[in-house]
Amino acid sequence: MIRDHFRILTVDLAAGKGKVVILDGRDTEAGGSGLAALLFDKYGHLNKPWDDPEQPLIFTIGPLTGYFPLMSKTVCGFKSPYHDQYGESHAGGRSALSLRFADLDGLVITGKADSPSYVSIGSHHLEVKDVHYMWGIDLQRSGKMLRKMIGGAGHRSIFRIGPAGENLSAYASITVDTYRHFGRLGGGAVMGSKNLKAIAIQGDGVFQLPEGKDYAELFEEVHKQLTTTDMMDKYHNLGTPVNLAVLNELKALPIKNLQQTTDPKIKTISGETFADHTLLRNTACAGCPVGCIHIGFVREKFMEPNRYNYRQVSYDHEPIFATGSMLGMTDAFKVLGIMDIVENMGLDVMSAGVALAWATEALEKGIISEEETLVPLKFNDAEGYKEAIEHLAFGSNDFYRLLAQGTMKAAAHYGGEDFACVLGQEMAGYATGEVFFTSQALGFRHSHLDSGGYSYDQKHTTERKVKEAVDFLVKDEEGRVLLTSMVACLFAREVYKEELLADCLNSLGYTTLANNMQQVAQHIQKLRWRLRLASGFDPAAVKIPKRFNEVTNWKGPIDQAFFQELREEYAKHIIELGKE
Amino acid sequence: MKTAKVLTAPRMERCIGCHSCSLACARLVHKRLSWDTAGIRIISSGGLSTGFEAKSCLACNPAPCALACPTGAFSQRQGGGVIFKRKLCIQCGDCAEACPVDAIYLDASSEPFVCIHCGQCVPYCPHDCLELAEVVLEPSPDKEAEEEAS
Repeated sequence: MIRDHFRILTVDLAAGKGKVVILDGRDTEAGGSGLAALLFDKYGHLNKPWDDPEQPLIFTIGPLTGYFPLMSKTVCGFKSPYHDQYGESHAGGRSALSLRFADLDGLVITGKADSPSYVSIGSHHLEVKDVHYMWGIDLQRSGKMLRKMIGGAGHRSIFRIGPAGENLSAYASITVDTYRHFGRLGGGAVMGSKNLKAIAIQGDGVFQLPEGKDYAELFEEVHKQLTTTDMMDKYHNLGTPVNLAVLNELKALPIKNLQQTTDPKIKTISGETFADHTLLRNTACAGCPVGCIHIGFVREKFMEPNRYNYRQVSYDHEPIFATGSMLGMTDAFKVLGIMDIVENMGLDVMSAGVALAWATEALEKGIISEEETLVPLKFNDAEGYKEAIEHLAFGSNDFYRLLAQGTMKAAAHYGGEDFACVLGQEMAGYATGEVFFTSQALGFRHSHLDSGGYSYDQKHTTERKVKEAVDFLVKDEEGRVLLTSMVACLFAREVYKEELLADCLNSLGYTTLANNMQQVAQHIQKLRWRLRLASGFDPAAVKIPKRFNEVTNWKGPIDQAFFQELREEYAKHIIELGKE
Repeated sequence: MKTAKVLTAPRMERCIGCHSCSLACARLVHKRLSWDTAGIRIISSGGLSTGFEAKSCLACNPAPCALACPTGAFSQRQGGGVIFKRKLCIQCGDCAEACPVDAIYLDASSEPFVCIHCGQCVPYCPHDCLELAEVVLEPSPDKEAEEEAS
């Protein structure tokens, strides 16, 4: 609904009750990232630990959600178990439109349920229900159970956690509608700490559209732009896995725990190979005609003779990098098999893959033994990795319990910090150079999407200018924070430029917001950093493992002086941004 | 030879679940933002791994919903489906109950939403799942007799 304020539902799990709260701030915090920060400022506790029952788990959408194509993402804000600081994770699926049609700009969950429960909400209902029997059940089975228990197939969104979230892994994810995730920074553990197995949002509200032709005509224009640019082809065709071959060619693909950055064998797990041999179909987030979600399959013989089962698994560049190239895998189906277990356990795929890549090298080097790993981890051995992922999710021993808190935490205890591929959290799939490494290590979400550092690296092959690069990171973050406050899919960033965003906001009557977008973006950027720094982040203290300094890609070896200067300069900018 | 247009969904196995069709219907035909107040609604058939189904009017002739309507708000459309006259509707919901494929959505006040076979949703489907088919109308016996007499 179009309104000059926010309509928030807060749910207290301990009481099993909720409250509708009307909040000002549409013209200053907009929605999405801005609203999540506003809500954390209001309901969060900077000085209490992440798993304190009073800490909020926040989901927000933006003023354009549902009104325009690809405005299809939800922002999740929480104090992260990974670093005990404020963080964000984003997901699509049907989450954003479900919240829109449930007539909410935000959902805030506080408290801890007495026993494992789910929350079900809609435009006309709120229920907290005991599902203690579902605790310990993997994501696939619990998904089937929940779908039967909760009505409204197709017009709802279900968020759920697996064993990793229940066992409080710092990189447990929240699965959204089977194929999407609030993947990073451990939102799944926040749900686990609250005894919250699932959240179901029924999108059953109906809203009037703006009168007159302006909105309808603008929608047509935006839809046309989004479906006629090469974006459709780029994201729908091979999708993000197109990057595997591109980065491999650039010697910028992390392979075998970043011991290599190129390998001719990568063609066995390239986007082309996945499409030719494993792709079943594409699917989409609600409200997005692009359909970038690629679904492959796993086929397993479980009994002789010829007794098979099969499952569908979504794939992208990042999961293929993390469970493929990083683990030295050379078979696309085996990569999907590893991803499938990660999905079922409810782990963040990037962190899980990178953690196991470190464990493999640590085992090779004799820093740890099979006493710790329980299985003989070897690069390109899918079966070992599949077992290890279950150990990670269930916390089978001290080693896996520590590794499930973060690779660097395990490395600090056992050794091997030099080759722990951690940039704030486990690295994303780009070894493009100094600007990307700086961007992920210091970025607000420690995500490859905080700013386009990987793209900057590729466009500035010979240039080593610290000021320009830092200015780019700051400015690009500002632009992205505006998009994630609307909340747009970042794949649409080439279409949703400031002018078009202003037109969209104006067409819905958000004229003040449309006229002040830059100030609003800067305000939200600062607000997020203020919360992050106040919750303990010191960008000047970030350490970079030696392995990143040893990378050689198409540009040559990492320029260590440039890299260090970049980090120092970016840290100064972040500290400035986060000042009261 | 007279013809009529009828919306069909012959290639739903291609559907990616983007809901562009139903959102377009709600937006363009009913001037609303909604998943429900639309003549075509997309549901997942038992979880996303099993694909999608379209709930929309199959253009029955005779249409059970029109036969069930007690006030004439729903009347038979030539070529199949129904013509809906909101002014005549008493919001009893009998139409939705009569539809064998759950193609009629009733909002909170029991106002029915049904496909009018206009085809405005068709171009929004990125995978060409939908089609506005042309059906030949059988001449009614009365008309034929009139034409012969003249």
